[in-house]
Amino acid sequence: MLVSLYRYNPESDNAPYMQDVEVDIPEGKDLMVLDVLNLIKERDSSMAYRRSCREGVCGSDGMNMNGTNGLACITPMSKVVKKNKLVLRPLPGLPVIRDLVVDMSLFYKQYEKVMPYLVNDTPAPAIERLQTPEDREKLDGLYECILCACCSTACPSFWWNPDKFIGPSGLLQAYRFLADSRDTAQAERLSNLDDPFSVFRCRGIMNCVSVCPKGLNPTKAIGHIRNLLLQRAT
Amino acid sequence: MVSSVTNLGRSGVFDWLIQRVTAYVLALYTLFLLGFMVFSDVNYETWNALFSQTWFRIFTLLALLSIGAHAWVGLWTVTTDYIKAMAPRFLVQALCGLTMFVYVIWGIQILWGL
Repeated sequence: MLVSLYRYNPESDNAPYMQDVEVDIPEGKDLMVLDVLNLIKERDSSMAYRRSCREGVCGSDGMNMNGTNGLACITPMSKVVKKNKLVLRPLPGLPVIRDLVVDMSLFYKQYEKVMPYLVNDTPAPAIERLQTPEDREKLDGLYECILCACCSTACPSFWWNPDKFIGPSGLLQAYRFLADSRDTAQAERLSNLDDPFSVFRCRGIMNCVSVCPKGLNPTKAIGHIRNLLLQRAT
Repeated sequence: MVSSVTNLGRSGVFDWLIQRVTAYVLALYTLFLLGFMVFSDVNYETWNALFSQTWFRIFTLLALLSIGAHAWVGLWTVTTDYIKAMAPRFLVQALCGLTMFVYVIWGIQILWGL
């Protein structure tokens, strides 16, 4: 199978280029894209990419496979390979450090902005802050995000304004804490989001929903944030 | 919180709401005009009779103001997406604002035959 790889080593290359590599895939096996990368790395150790848990939990190996963002470790070749060819590129829109490794600083900066931690200024109870099962249920579909950045780097609004638009991933987390019954900083969180960029740059393109490897729905969460802002302001 | 002074309102939710509300006004106005053209004989007399009624002049002015606000929010978004350098971006925004202002005033002049 032909694999076309995005290669860039800032120490030796003037510009990025695509390198075609022929890979022998073992008969009758539907390898994951990460396995294919590992086969390539066995032959050419200069190939750089991030990986860790290899089971879709750590979110390290987000990359662009035949034009679609996803986690290489849980994406089978049968799902992405077309005409016996696989094109692997780094996540779009972020600066490339080397080969498939991108600089995620902006992504994390946006994440930090939404205060991704519980804020509660009431005295701490003896054991723990309790939540009803119904309130806990509200966090389903929000807390599962692994910050792989597949969604935000698939979002055109994030490509154009990565410094101002929080992006689908950060906004999913913003709503995760807005919806938490134990959080007491809802007003402050909403005030921080009520500008024309942070939330409202979302144009409902929904690339985030179609690429999320965990099957989450950031667009829906953004809609909830918008409703909360509207309720507060009208 | 990202600060911005060139958008229509001072808040994101204001811009968002204005764009939605003006969209409804424009849709209503378009449907009404389409209905008028389909169900009545459009000639100088009927057209003149329609526009000489105060309620329709007000409706038209509302539609004009809606177009101005709707286009401002939309074009402001487009300029902040695609024009990154401050000087040309501000220039395009100023031109858009001026165009909309002229259209609204000109519209008032036409509507009331001033």
